[in-house]
Amino acid sequence: MYKILKKEVLNPTVTKMVIDAPLIAKKAEPGQFVILRTDADGERIPLTVADYDRENGTVTIIFQIVGATTNQLNTFNEGDYIQDFVGPLGTPTKTEGLKKVAVVGGGVGCAIAYPVTKKLYDMGVEVHSIVGFRNKDLVILEDEFKSHSNVFKLMTDDGSYGEKGLVTNALEQLIEEGNTYDEVITIGPLIMMKFVSLLTKKHDIKTVVSMNPIMIDGTGMCGGCRLTVGGETKFACVDGPDFDGHKVDFDEAIKRGQMYKDFERHAYEESCNLLNKEVK
Amino acid sequence: MPNMKIPRTEMPQQDPQVRAKNFLEVATGYTMQMALDEASRCLNCKHKPCVAGCPVNIDIPDFIQKINEENLEGAYQVISESSSLPAVCGRVCPQESQCEAKCVRGIKTEPVAIGRLERFVADYHNEHNTEKAVKPESNGHKVAVIGSGPSGLTCAGDLAKKGYEVTIFEALHTAGGVLQYGIPEFRLPKAIVNKEVDNLKDLGVDVQTNMVIGKVLSIDELMDMGYEAVFIGSGAGLPRFMNIPGENLNGVYSANEFLTRVNLMKAYKGDSPTPIMHAKKVAVVGGGNVAMDAARSALRLGAEEVNIIYRRSENELPARAEEVHHAKEEGIIFRTLTNPTEIIGDENDAVTGIKCVEMELGEPDASGRRRPVVKADSEFTIPMDCVIMSIGTSPNPLIKQTTEGLDTQTWGGIIADDDGLTSRPFVYAGGDAVTGAATVILAMGAGKKAAAAIDEAIQNK
Repeated sequence: MYKILKKEVLNPTVTKMVIDAPLIAKKAEPGQFVILRTDADGERIPLTVADYDRENGTVTIIFQIVGATTNQLNTFNEGDYIQDFVGPLGTPTKTEGLKKVAVVGGGVGCAIAYPVTKKLYDMGVEVHSIVGFRNKDLVILEDEFKSHSNVFKLMTDDGSYGEKGLVTNALEQLIEEGNTYDEVITIGPLIMMKFVSLLTKKHDIKTVVSMNPIMIDGTGMCGGCRLTVGGETKFACVDGPDFDGHKVDFDEAIKRGQMYKDFERHAYEESCNLLNKEVK
Repeated sequence: MPNMKIPRTEMPQQDPQVRAKNFLEVATGYTMQMALDEASRCLNCKHKPCVAGCPVNIDIPDFIQKINEENLEGAYQVISESSSLPAVCGRVCPQESQCEAKCVRGIKTEPVAIGRLERFVADYHNEHNTEKAVKPESNGHKVAVIGSGPSGLTCAGDLAKKGYEVTIFEALHTAGGVLQYGIPEFRLPKAIVNKEVDNLKDLGVDVQTNMVIGKVLSIDELMDMGYEAVFIGSGAGLPRFMNIPGENLNGVYSANEFLTRVNLMKAYKGDSPTPIMHAKKVAVVGGGNVAMDAARSALRLGAEEVNIIYRRSENELPARAEEVHHAKEEGIIFRTLTNPTEIIGDENDAVTGIKCVEMELGEPDASGRRRPVVKADSEFTIPMDCVIMSIGTSPNPLIKQTTEGLDTQTWGGIIADDDGLTSRPFVYAGGDAVTGAATVILAMGAGKKAAAAIDEAIQNK
C-alpha cells in the first residue's frame, strides 16, 4: 500500500497527488511511468511520473479524470492509500548532448512534459516551452514551466488566456523567427503530437513524442501497448514510451486507443452513479 | 495384489455443454473410492520405471501404496519429499508423456492415472490438514528470489525450510506468475495457487509484489542490500507475433494479454473494471497448451465459434492430449495445416477476418517434425472479429539489461549450468527464464536444484 501524502486539484478535471514511494523515487527519471491500481479489484493504469523527490522518497502523479479508475482515484484524499504502485517503468527521455530544445505540451500532457523541461533547464539547456489548453480553466503548471524555460508560450484554443491558437502555431512562429532546435519534445493528445510531428518534419527537426497507449503489465508481457514505428512493431512499455515522432503511425495509435471506448464510457458512468449514490 | 481387471478410473468432469459456459474447474476430482480403485491398479514394480519419467523423481509407487493403505497424509509426505506443488502438478503436468508414459500397465492396457492420484492426495491434504507451516529458526542468511512462478515458489520454499531469510520479488500485484496470470481458473483454480503462496508466507518468506527487478532495483543492489544469493525465476513472458499485416488491428491479442485480462485481472467476472472483448468469432493461432487455454477462455466469454489455427497437422499439436480432447468436447474447431498470412480489418481498424493458406507436411526440420510448406493457390479468408496470437514467448530482457556479466543465449535465455548457476557468482536462474517456455514441473525441478546449490554455496562460503 502506498500513502497519498498530498493532493491538489489543479483544475476541475486534473488532480495532482504526491505518493510515498521511496524506491521508485530513487530511480525515476523524466519520461518514465508508473502503473497503479486503486484497490484490490482495480484495473492497472499507467501514469507518467510528473515529478519525484529522491530525498523525501516521493513520486508525483498528475492525472485527468477520464475513466472509472481515475474517477475513483480522485475520490482518495491525503492519508489514504493506493493499493499498488509500480515503477519506474519504460526508458527515460534522452537528454544527452542537447543544447536547445522546444518542449511542446498539451492539456494534461503538460504534466509529463514538465519533468523533462525542468531537467533540461537545470542542465543548462536553452528551453523554449509551449503549452496549450482548451481554455483558461484548464491551465496547469504555468508557474512551473515559466520558471524553467527561457521562452514560455501559453496557448488556449478559445483565447481565454495567453495567446489564442494551437501549439503548432506558436512552434511554427518560433521556428520562423529563426530558432534552430536540436530537438522538439512533444507530449499531449495523439492528434496534437501528430501535427507537431508533421510540422517539424517539414522543418527537418528531430522530434520525440511520448506515447501513452493501453497497457496492462508495463513490463513487456502483454503487448497490448504495441505501436507501429518506422514500419516495425514496438512495445511502448519497454521500447518507449518515447519514440521518433516522424516514424510513429499516429492514425493506428489513435484507433487502438479507441478499442474499449464503449466499455470505458459505460464503466465511467457506472462509477459516477456509484459515487452519486454514496454522496446521497 | 494389484487389481488387473479394472480399467483406468475415469476422471469425473463437468459436462462439456455446461462447462463451456462457466469458469469452474473442468475436472472435478476423484472420490475416495475412485482413488482406491485406481491405486489398486499399480503393480508396485520393483524397478519403478515411472519414477524415471518424472522430472523431479517422485517415488510414485510408494505414494500409491500409501493410498492403498488409506494413509493419505503419508502419501502426501512421500510426494512432498520431491515436489513442492503437488496440487498444481497433479492438474497441469503432461503425465502422458512423463511418468504415465513409462507405466508398465500402459503396455497392454492403460497406464495408472498417476496425475489424478497426485491431485487427489494433494487436495485431500489441503482440505484436511489444519497444521500451519511454521517458520524454522533462521540461519541468518538472506536470499532474494525474483519471480513467484513455479520455479521461484519452489526455490523460496526449499530455502525457507532450511532456515534462510527469503524475499520473493514479484513484478505483478499478485504472486504466482504464470499460474496466476496464464493458466485459467477452469484448469487451475486460483485458490490453489494462493494457498501455495500462503504456505510460503507461513514459512517466513517475505513476498514483495509490485517489484520489477531490473527497474526499481538491480541484482547488484540486491547483493548490496545483504542478499547473499539471488535466484532469477522471471519466466518467459515476452509474447511473439507473426509479423504479418494487420497484427496491430483492434481485436488482435497476444495470448498473454488475453489470458492476463481474463485470469489476473478477472475480466471473466462481469464486474471487473478491466475490459475484454467478448467476440463472436475467434481465431487462436498456435497449437500449444496456451492456445488451448485462450481458445477455451474465449468460448467461456461467450464466443459462438472458436477456431484453433495451426500450421502443422493434428499429430504435431504441442498441447497435451487431454487439453486437445477437452477443447474438442467443448466444440473448439481445429483448423490444422492452416497458416495465417494477413489479418483483415474495417475502416475503424476492427478485425473482420483472417486470411490463411493451406499447408502440407514436407521433410522433417531441425525439431524432427515434418516441416509445413504452403500449398500453391490455397489462399482463403475466414470471417473473424478477434484473433489471439499464441505462437510462443521469449524470456523478458529487463534483468539482463541491468545486470552486467549475466550471459544469455542469443534468443534471450539466461545461461545457467545444471545447478542453475549463471555466469555471475551467487546468481542462479531456472525455469522458463533459462529454458524458454516449458512446463511447470521442469521449472519446479530447476527451482529445487538451485535451492540445493544455493544452500551449498552459502554454507561453503
